[in-house]
Amino acid sequence: MKVRVTVMPKAAVLDPQGVAIRNTLHHLGLPGAHAVRAGKVMEIELDPTSEDRPALEAKLRELCRDFLSNPVIEDFQLEIVD
Amino acid sequence: MSPPDSPTQLELSLPKLAGRRLPRFAVIQFPGSNCDQDCVRALRDDCGYAAEYVWHQESSLAGFDAMVVPGGFSYGDYLRCGAMARHSPVMRAVSEAAASGVPVIGICNGFQILCEAGLLPGALIRNRSLHFVCAPVTLRVESVESLFTSQCYAGQLLTLPVAHGEGCFHADPDTLRTLEENHQVLLRYVDPLTGESTEASNPNGSVSNIAGICNAERNVFGLMPHPDRATHARLGSEDGKMIFAAMAEHVAGVAAKR
Repeated sequence: MKVRVTVMPKAAVLDPQGVAIRNTLHHLGLPGAHAVRAGKVMEIELDPTSEDRPALEAKLRELCRDFLSNPVIEDFQLEIVD
Repeated sequence: MSPPDSPTQLELSLPKLAGRRLPRFAVIQFPGSNCDQDCVRALRDDCGYAAEYVWHQESSLAGFDAMVVPGGFSYGDYLRCGAMARHSPVMRAVSEAAASGVPVIGICNGFQILCEAGLLPGALIRNRSLHFVCAPVTLRVESVESLFTSQCYAGQLLTLPVAHGEGCFHADPDTLRTLEENHQVLLRYVDPLTGESTEASNPNGSVSNIAGICNAERNVFGLMPHPDRATHARLGSEDGKMIFAAMAEHVAGVAAKR
């Protein structure tokens, strides 16, 4: 089983990395790039588990909230890939 | 290791502490901490207190009067600064100590860890400039009502060094309002000449030039500048001593009441 977690800076949080990437895109010939946000993606491969699916998803959500992202500055998206 | 035999300058200047048991500081060590030795040296040699390393796998902090979460790059700053360290066994003991009123100071990476642990509100994000900043900064003491700034006077300017890549303090507008209303902002980056908080004097883009905050109970303090690197004239400033001295004074006061 594979899970993908995408963590992005909240819209209201300054993202200087995104701004730097945007500026470089301008230099590299993409003047239309007006905003870039830089986040991170984590892929988790899981052993088959005896836990039922809702319990597993609840656990994953809890870990996304308490560990993989910081809710003060980031939002996360949890996706079961296969 | 025992504290130095000869009285330090601070002991001489603080007769109130003479004859009492030395306050005992725990300096937490995570894999990747790199200011743990600075802290222990500053506390023992320059301030004359007792200070011991405590490995992050320890689960008890019994016998310590105050806690220091030092700077560095705990767990290589992987995932987020402080995100891994805050789940270390010792952090449960730090949280319990904090809840019982023990002074806890988090310096630089330690500040990031205390925010991640929820002991302080807000978060530290990448410097606005994206540059690592390493320089002495001027700080204005915004409140002396804390276990950390009680030896300063309101509006006093301190010189302490900063050294960080992710020291931009962020909090949502409601949190920020609460911090300001409760006078939880203890230190702000200011211009060394005018003492005013200006954009030019802000090394990392922190909201409202915030350099250090305390919790609502005022016994947990997080700051990006390094008092541990400003405890001897040779280091360019001794202003850091005032912060540790305030913690020691509080500890001595608590001990005297027992």
